[in-house]
Order: sequence, then structure tokens, then C-alpha cells
Amino acid sequence: MSSNFPVVDAKKVDLVFQTADTPIHALSEIDLEIKKGDFVSLIGPSGCGKTTLMRVIADLEKPTGGEIKVNGMSPEEARLKRAYGYVFQAPVLYPWRTVEGNLKLPLEIMGIGKIEQIKRAKDALAMVDLLGFEKKFPWQLSGGMQQRVSIARALTFNPDLLLMDEPFGALDEIVRDQLNEHFHNLWEQTQKTVVFVTHSIPEAAYLSTKIVVMSPRPGKIIDIISSPLPDKRTLEMRDTQEFLELSQRIRVGLRGGKSYD
Amino acid sequence: MINRILNSSFFSILTVLIFLTVFWYGASVHLNSDVLIDKYERKKVEWDFSKLVNDSWSMKRPIMPAPHQIFFDMKKSIFDQKITSKRSLVYHSWVTISSTLVGFAMGSFLGILLAVGIVHVPTLNKSVLPWIIASQTIPILALAPMIIVVLGAFGITGLLPKAIISAYLCFFPIAIGMVKGLRSPDLMHLDLMKTYNATKTQIFWKLRRPASVPFLFASFKVSIAISLVGAIVGELPAGARAGLGARLLTGSYYGQTVQIWSALLVASLLAGMLVFLMTFLESSVKKRMGSEI
Repeated sequence: MSSNFPVVDAKKVDLVFQTADTPIHALSEIDLEIKKGDFVSLIGPSGCGKTTLMRVIADLEKPTGGEIKVNGMSPEEARLKRAYGYVFQAPVLYPWRTVEGNLKLPLEIMGIGKIEQIKRAKDALAMVDLLGFEKKFPWQLSGGMQQRVSIARALTFNPDLLLMDEPFGALDEIVRDQLNEHFHNLWEQTQKTVVFVTHSIPEAAYLSTKIVVMSPRPGKIIDIISSPLPDKRTLEMRDTQEFLELSQRIRVGLRGGKSYD
Repeated sequence: MINRILNSSFFSILTVLIFLTVFWYGASVHLNSDVLIDKYERKKVEWDFSKLVNDSWSMKRPIMPAPHQIFFDMKKSIFDQKITSKRSLVYHSWVTISSTLVGFAMGSFLGILLAVGIVHVPTLNKSVLPWIIASQTIPILALAPMIIVVLGAFGITGLLPKAIISAYLCFFPIAIGMVKGLRSPDLMHLDLMKTYNATKTQIFWKLRRPASVPFLFASFKVSIAISLVGAIVGELPAGARAGLGARLLTGSYYGQTVQIWSALLVASLLAGMLVFLMTFLESSVKKRMGSEI
């Protein structure tokens, strides 16, 4: 049913934060359509509203103008139906729960049976390649592993839409490359729709089918690029002419928006 | 090896204890000498320094008893009596401990209840918190007799009034610590719960409650010691016949300084034990909750 609608459909979305001194125009006239199975990266410098836009999709912020639909519903209805899994910048794991306990958290809240919980936790863990770490506590894992657990947690309840806010931002480049490759494969297998916030041009170019370039003050979209790369990607692809041209276009877009002023 | 002994906490405690004991013996001679010299001169007794020292460490009602006098009095009143005897410090300790524990339980319950209310109901946050803080500015020594008298008028005597005084003192750190603990989850954790469409109850049980545990134990350790003080204070004004407070009181009526000191020492040992038990409980709970330590 939901395939009849775009997963995200934003029309002239505006968001103004009222602060003590001056209002901040976080989002201005955002028009964006995300189709099922898309991998959309939101890229731009700090303060361009990419995280805010994602929080609007997730109903963690309310827009002050325009219209936005998620699966054909209001973001709130979509959130109440648990339409998406959200991955934060930090792993946000509960230190008092084991890896398995953390994965079960959303399932407990959604009232899923105990046996099913264990099975799903195991499946999700297999997807991020962390089987055998069920009984470990978060502090016993590296930063990259913790972030994989947090991705697995978003996969446990099998949402069609994944919202990821710079999930690999705090990791070093080597781990980041590994996770990018791994996550790309995961996306290929599951065919989920992904919205992905990032600072990194190579990350956006490597992962996305669609790249949304944004600029700050007020936060707006300045370019939407459909990736010319094939759906199946490898890390080696980053040295090809096509990839470099794509990166170049993103960079020009960012500069055109005077992002690096 | 030697370094390890020198660095151990046992060694540092022992060092302090030795210094304290030496200082204590000195202070005992110094404080008791005036009375003794006065007595020597009235009775025209020959005396020298070693006699003075010996006498000041073995007076019946010294101003400052020597450590061994307290030690022997403690031994006599702890081990040489039947524990049901009114001369037994074990009996008196038990009386005090039982109201301490009942008071601590009541105070914890009240403190936690208040904290949960304050965190979830904005009106309570504004209206109750100032009263809680004001309640602690009244000196307990002034309040304790009134609590006992008022409850006595309703026919409530014995353990309960003392427990209420304990509870009155100890609910405060628990309420404050627990409010802080329940509010400790950061915005991202709360947002995560929101994305799952979790109810307030689920957020409380799955996020706020476990997050508050370290704060709760910090408060517990302060509160359990305060509870003991509350129970002892509660025994003072009404002329209670049993309990460490009663022991202190009768000691001071009859000038039995040795008895006062041994009751004091037992009280502080009990407080230490209670805090130690709480620390032990804390580390086992934290271990179960996957803490690193």
C-alpha cells in the first residue's frame, strides 16, 4: 500500500526556531521527494539544517510551514506507527543492558513476545556481523562496534525507512570505510529506504542513489544529484572517473551555496 | 612488596589509628591532670609524673577516658553480658538499629515517591521542592521532642516516633539524588524512546529508573548514616530507656564518661558498618548492571 506514496514527500517545508534573541531560520522552502528504496544523503556544512530536516521527517521537530508526508501520513502518524528506525550520531546504547538487551529494547516497547525478541536480536546482530557479542556490555565494545549495535537495534523491528544522523561521524577513516562498505551491502540486501546525514563527500558519493546538497542560513536545498554510479558499489570504485566527477559536482554544489565561507 | 603494604588502605588506616591513639592518651593525661593534682594536694599525697599518668588513665569518672578504659568497657558491655540484658550494648544497639532501619525504609520510600512525582508533575516540581528544602533548615534537635510529644498524645510511642525522626532526616538526600538521577538521561536517549513511541511508563521503567541507580546509591550511603543519627537524637529528648541515645543520656546524668564514650564508639562503628553494607550492595547491583568497576 505504502508503495503508492513516496516514502517522504516534503513541499515548501519551513522551520523557524524561536530563540531568546533572534529567530533562527533552520529550514527554508524544502522540496524533497524520496522514493521507496532510495538511499538519500543530506550533505552540507554545520548549521545547514540537514539534521533538522531529518528530525522533521522523524517527528522530533515540527515544521512551522509547508507540508510533509511520510508514507502518505503526517510524520506524527508515521512515528506512532513506528514507520522508521533512527540511528543517532552517538550509539545511544544503554550501559546497563547487554548487547542483546539493547537490541531487545525496541521490541519490548512494541510488545513483541520474548522468544521472538531473542530471534530477532540474533538476526539483526548477524546483519551487522556481530554474532557472539550478545552478552557483552557496551563498554566492552569499540566505538565502531557500538555504532553497529545501534544500527542493528534499528533493524530489529524491520522498519522500511532508516533515518541515520551521521552514524559514522565519530569514527576514524579506516573503520568508517569498513562500515560504509558493510552498510552498503546491507542496504542492497534489504532494499530499505535510507536517509543519511553526512559531512563527508566520499561517504555521500559512495553510498547514495541521490545526494541532496544543502547550505546554511537559512537551511535550504541547493542541488539534488542522482548518482550515475551503478547500484552495486565497491570501495575501489572511488578511484574511477565517474566517482571523481560525482564528488566534484557535490563539491561545486557546496561551494556554490557558499557553504565554506 | 613493601611498597604494596605502604600503599594499601589498611596501612594508611592503621597509621591514622596509631597517631590517634597516641594523641588520645596524651589528651587524657592533659585533661584529667587538673582534677588529679587538685585531689593530690587536698589529700597531701606525694606524687610524681608517672603516678599522674597512671592515675589519669584509670580514673573512675575521667573527663577524658583513656582508650583502653573504653575498650574494656565495650568488651564488658558487649561480650560479658547476655545480649538481652539492659547492660548489654548489643541490646541497646539493636534498639537503635531497628528504628534506624525502619526510618531509613520509610525515608527512602517517601524520598523516591517525591522524586518520581517531582520529575513527572510540573506543579509538584514548583510547589513541593521549596518545602522539602525548607524542611531541612529546622534543626532536628528542636523538632525531635515535638514529634515525640505530638505522637505520644496519639498514643504512638516506642520505635515509630524515632523511626519518623530518622525518616524525616534521610528522605531529603534521597529525594534530591533521585530527582537528579531520574533526570539524568540525556536528550538523545529520550528522543530514541520517542522514536519507538514509548509510553511515559515505559520510559520510566526502562530508562529513568535504571539511569537513576548510581545516584540513588550515593544518596543511600549518606542517608543510612543520617538515619542512625536521627534514631539516636530521637532517643534523647523523651528519656527513652533503651537505645544508644538512652545510654548516652544516662551516662551524662551519672557522669559515666567511659559509658558515654563506648556508646559513641559503638554508634560510629554501627554507622561505618551500615555504610559499608550499602557500598557492598551498591557494587553488587552495579556489577549486575554491567558496570566496569
